[in-house]
Amino acid sequence: MSDPLFSKKNLKLLSDPLNDSNPITVQVLGICSALAVTAQLKPSLVMAVSVMAVMGFANVIISLLRNTIPNRIRIIVQLVIIASLVILVDQVLKAYVYDVSKQLSVFVGLIITNCIIMGRLEAFALGNRPWPSFLDGIGNAAGYGVILIIVGFARELFGSGSVFGFQIIPDSWYIANGGFYENNGMMILPPMALITVGIIIWVQRSRNRKLIED
Amino acid sequence: MDRNSNTYTFIYAAAMVILVAAILASAAMALRPRQDKNVEIEKMQNILASVNIESTFETAGNIYADKIRNQYVINSKGEIVEGEDAFEIDLKREKAKPVEKRLLPVYECQTESGLKYIFPMRGAGLWGPVWGFISLNDDMNTIYGANFDHQGETPGLGAEISTNWFQEEFKGKQIFDQSGTLISITVTKPGQEAQKEHSVDGISGGTITSKGLEQMLLEDFKSYEEFLMKKKS
Repeated sequence: MSDPLFSKKNLKLLSDPLNDSNPITVQVLGICSALAVTAQLKPSLVMAVSVMAVMGFANVIISLLRNTIPNRIRIIVQLVIIASLVILVDQVLKAYVYDVSKQLSVFVGLIITNCIIMGRLEAFALGNRPWPSFLDGIGNAAGYGVILIIVGFARELFGSGSVFGFQIIPDSWYIANGGFYENNGMMILPPMALITVGIIIWVQRSRNRKLIED
Repeated sequence: MDRNSNTYTFIYAAAMVILVAAILASAAMALRPRQDKNVEIEKMQNILASVNIESTFETAGNIYADKIRNQYVINSKGEIVEGEDAFEIDLKREKAKPVEKRLLPVYECQTESGLKYIFPMRGAGLWGPVWGFISLNDDMNTIYGANFDHQGETPGLGAEISTNWFQEEFKGKQIFDQSGTLISITVTKPGQEAQKEHSVDGISGGTITSKGLEQMLLEDFKSYEEFLMKKKS
């Protein structure tokens, strides 16, 4: 068990979820939060970072406890740990970076229910040592975050004409100002998030033949 | 010890719950004073924003003390209630009471363009409460500024009520019609401009929040109606 910290095997834990086993586009987990928070880019980014923090810590804690957890209540133990971490993060944000905590508001609860986190605890952290578990958590959160950011970018750009709240489409283009352009109101509604995720899956599969089932 | 025995499971669960409860409770208690302070400063910032004064987290306290010269509590008949601190009034509790029993805070702010009256409001959005502060010119009719906030409306949709473009729309609108009846401000779909002085454009995809806000404005202006009438004449 004397793997170097960044052995090939460990690095694969980080990179795999970005493509071959992406939690959203391949495993189709965490879809609900991906639809809810991606109307704008900023909450998408904040959500991605928060999930990464919670997932990294939860994986390490569960991995440390893995030899003591009674098998029959392991799901409850996992939930308690995720929920406590999320509450702790929320409390600290509220005290020290109040404006970020306002940004997160309802999404904090969505982190607890994110199936990716429990999925990784159950599938990986319960059977692996802390360091690989940590990498696995960070990798999967990154895979989740990348999709969130792509979707958030597309939805904010086409739905509101802005990125990170800054207007990108020139004002003079809009029909209201005598131009030819109109924001697509459909983009800011949840169904378009699903369609955007679908398009990403389509592109990904056409480039990565491994993912195509017979 | 056998990891699958009942005793082990019970002890494990009990120990975990107590440990987690202790950690969370102490974190909440240790951080409470800072959190309360943040909420208080935010309230000051919101009140100042409703009279179009920008403030940062650091400067809000001083600007507030400087600009908000007078604050008091009235009842629905427009009479001043002694011995209450306007800033400490909890609108959520007040809104649960019948209107005659409510304590209604009023803030006065001296600006370059005269004395402004600020009224706090609170209502229901789609996912949770929405609230805000509205300031009126001393004609008690024209809106000088507005600031809204919410607990958990959807970003990009209902949450747009707390953005500048939406709040800007309220400036200069009038809450009384020509016959002197209080009609408040309606939030309409873009294009319906039946009563331009009394309506603002709603938010696409945020209809329920917009309607909730409209309801809040009407209800809360109504509770201040007697006070407005008194000051008007």
